[in-house]
Amino acid sequence: MSEKVWIAGGGVICGIGLDVPACIQSFRDMKPGMEAMQHLSSVHRSTFPVAEVKADNATLADMAGMPENISRTALLSMIAAREAWQSSGLGDISQYRLGFVSGNTVGGMDKTEDFFAEYLSDPRGGRLQNLLHHECGSITELVADSLGVRHHISTISTACSSGANALMYGSRLIRNNIVDVVIAGGTDALTRFTLNGFNTLMILDQQPCRPFDDTRTGLNLGEGAGYVVLVSDSLAARLQPWCRLSGFANANDAFHQTASSPDGTGNYLAMKGALDMSGLQPQQIGYINLHGTGTQNNDVSEGIAINRLFAPYFPAMSSTKSFTGHTLGASGGIEAVFSALAVKEGIIYPNARFEHQMKELPFAPVTAFSAGHDLQHVMSNSFGFGGNCSSLVFSRAS
Amino acid sequence: MQIYINGTGCISPQETAQGGPLLAAPREYEQVRLAAVDPDYKQWIDVKQIRRMSRVVKMGVGAANLSLEAAGVTAPDAIITGTAYGCLDDTGVFLTKMVNQQEEMLTPTAFIQSTHNTVAGQIALLLGCNGYNNTFVHRGFSFENALLDAIMILKEGSAQHILAGGVDEITNHSHQLLSRFGLYKKKPVKTMELLNSPSRGTIAGEGAAFFTLGIAKQPGAVAELSGVSTLYKPLWEGEVIGHIMKFLEDNNCTPADIDLIVTGRNGDIDQDEIYEEVADALFPDHAEASFKHLCGEYPTAAAFGVWMANAIIAQQEVPEAAVFFGRTPEKIKKVLIYNHHQGTHHSLVLLTAC
Repeated sequence: MSEKVWIAGGGVICGIGLDVPACIQSFRDMKPGMEAMQHLSSVHRSTFPVAEVKADNATLADMAGMPENISRTALLSMIAAREAWQSSGLGDISQYRLGFVSGNTVGGMDKTEDFFAEYLSDPRGGRLQNLLHHECGSITELVADSLGVRHHISTISTACSSGANALMYGSRLIRNNIVDVVIAGGTDALTRFTLNGFNTLMILDQQPCRPFDDTRTGLNLGEGAGYVVLVSDSLAARLQPWCRLSGFANANDAFHQTASSPDGTGNYLAMKGALDMSGLQPQQIGYINLHGTGTQNNDVSEGIAINRLFAPYFPAMSSTKSFTGHTLGASGGIEAVFSALAVKEGIIYPNARFEHQMKELPFAPVTAFSAGHDLQHVMSNSFGFGGNCSSLVFSRAS
Repeated sequence: MQIYINGTGCISPQETAQGGPLLAAPREYEQVRLAAVDPDYKQWIDVKQIRRMSRVVKMGVGAANLSLEAAGVTAPDAIITGTAYGCLDDTGVFLTKMVNQQEEMLTPTAFIQSTHNTVAGQIALLLGCNGYNNTFVHRGFSFENALLDAIMILKEGSAQHILAGGVDEITNHSHQLLSRFGLYKKKPVKTMELLNSPSRGTIAGEGAAFFTLGIAKQPGAVAELSGVSTLYKPLWEGEVIGHIMKFLEDNNCTPADIDLIVTGRNGDIDQDEIYEEVADALFPDHAEASFKHLCGEYPTAAAFGVWMANAIIAQQEVPEAAVFFGRTPEKIKKVLIYNHHQGTHHSLVLLTAC
């Protein structure tokens, strides 16, 4: 497969902005998105800060042009997917052989958990309407139908690497001439289900999270959606693409259902595989958008794997989750957009709240925003439950 | 490039996990909810682990192992699963406790096992497989997307052996809730009468079918996976027929080259109409086999259909219980599996004897 696949545009909605320019401004202004819960209703409201999208469902529905009563996961997805499409300059969507590949982990759980409260007290209780879009795939279809995508529709759920795997699969669909354009990324809304799940694992920080800091104690959950528009070589020739998706790899840690191996085997294999596909040496990577959740386990495993692969030349690195929180199935998509934009604009994103050097590692994350760098190649990492590890490499046009 | 089905494994409401002739003694049911027949999971999984695993994980791990054993492969280069519903049982457990206990005093086990990629993750963990690992969760396309991903990766040359499959489970909650949507027959119907029952609704099923795919033919291979295609929300039956014609053309054949069609008829008079239309338009004299009366309806049931088609090619005979129309053709070289799920998700899989 020699055909190149390009990034023609991107869209993001998350806790630091309702679109890409707003997110970049928040990075520039060093304004992370973690706050007390405003929209999610939970008994843990005042315990765990979260990076919510700063809009209620009525506002999001208005922005999305969709009904207010559908899942927030779909509303977020629609807003980011449409921004991605519009930024690509491809115009009339019906003119293309188009795919929509979206990752998510919660589907319509935000509605299901409301439904379940009524259903458990009466098996005939609860409005079925709230259950209609429970399935992950149903969320993708709501958005595909609104956008007018019919050629290829797919949903991927590999926990926190879902969005990154959507880009890989989308890229293969183009290389195999199944479609010419793919909107690929991920979406997830905050739910009580995930909040309580992560709470049982005792990996939620009660303060704003501190990725790659020696004193880190866990992650903050976030929500949002992020999509890139992948296009074939021939379509890219008549656009001004942001950059190229030059490499990717997916590996499994095969160590534990939720924890990373101490030496970051899966992380290493994913990064190494992505570099190999792009034909690059480690020192050619200018910036890594880290998975960097802020948990003890992730950051040390990811860091050790980076040390093994990159030492002694470490690229600039940061975890944008220190601003957006961990958006789970969306994170691979959101961070793909940030990484592609990093190549386009030469941006190195800040890692908020880093103060203490991790004793296991010889490098530290970047703490200030800067732009205008000559970034030829950028890597984005996404690792998840089930041992799922994925890395993407974005490269400047040449 | 040829892609061979080097081994298959299936756990279903029929006795498909034991080997032997296909459907030699079909299980006859008279109920609207079929349950998979459990093989002895101890042959693959540690007893302590079995107790902690939900049925969907056990079925997936079991069918995956059967398929690897049949192919003589111990370490696949990639594991790709399709599951529409994911781990419903653990999801239901965690959700119920969360509601009943007002978000307090919860334990992590059910949450950990509720993620959709648990099956693929557990298979990787048990095999110690560090390779590519992916999970598709797109309703009636979940299994087909997994096959397509496998085909694309094999064609790239980055893998020799890929384990791909589809799995879904029924739970008490899911059955109760899907029943409220009116998907199932109001009254139980006998297995062999389902496909001719003159009413709406079908029967619920579950199961797992896995395939060890490779670019080199292994001794156990009887068929090539020649093609996979999906069609989302066709506007009318003509679009389905056109899509099938195009699919056959892309695979360098015509309806006359197809020896047997395997259809996803589920006994719902409305949903089965399209199979009649397609047969009338393209395959009026072809023998037709069906499978959902045997395994029940679920979003990844096509995996059972493909497993059955592969076994039919191996035996060169359509078992009595699977015949819907016609008789076993003299030779069974090309088999087209056409399935749809709820009228919105149509898929085609083409197998060619090798």
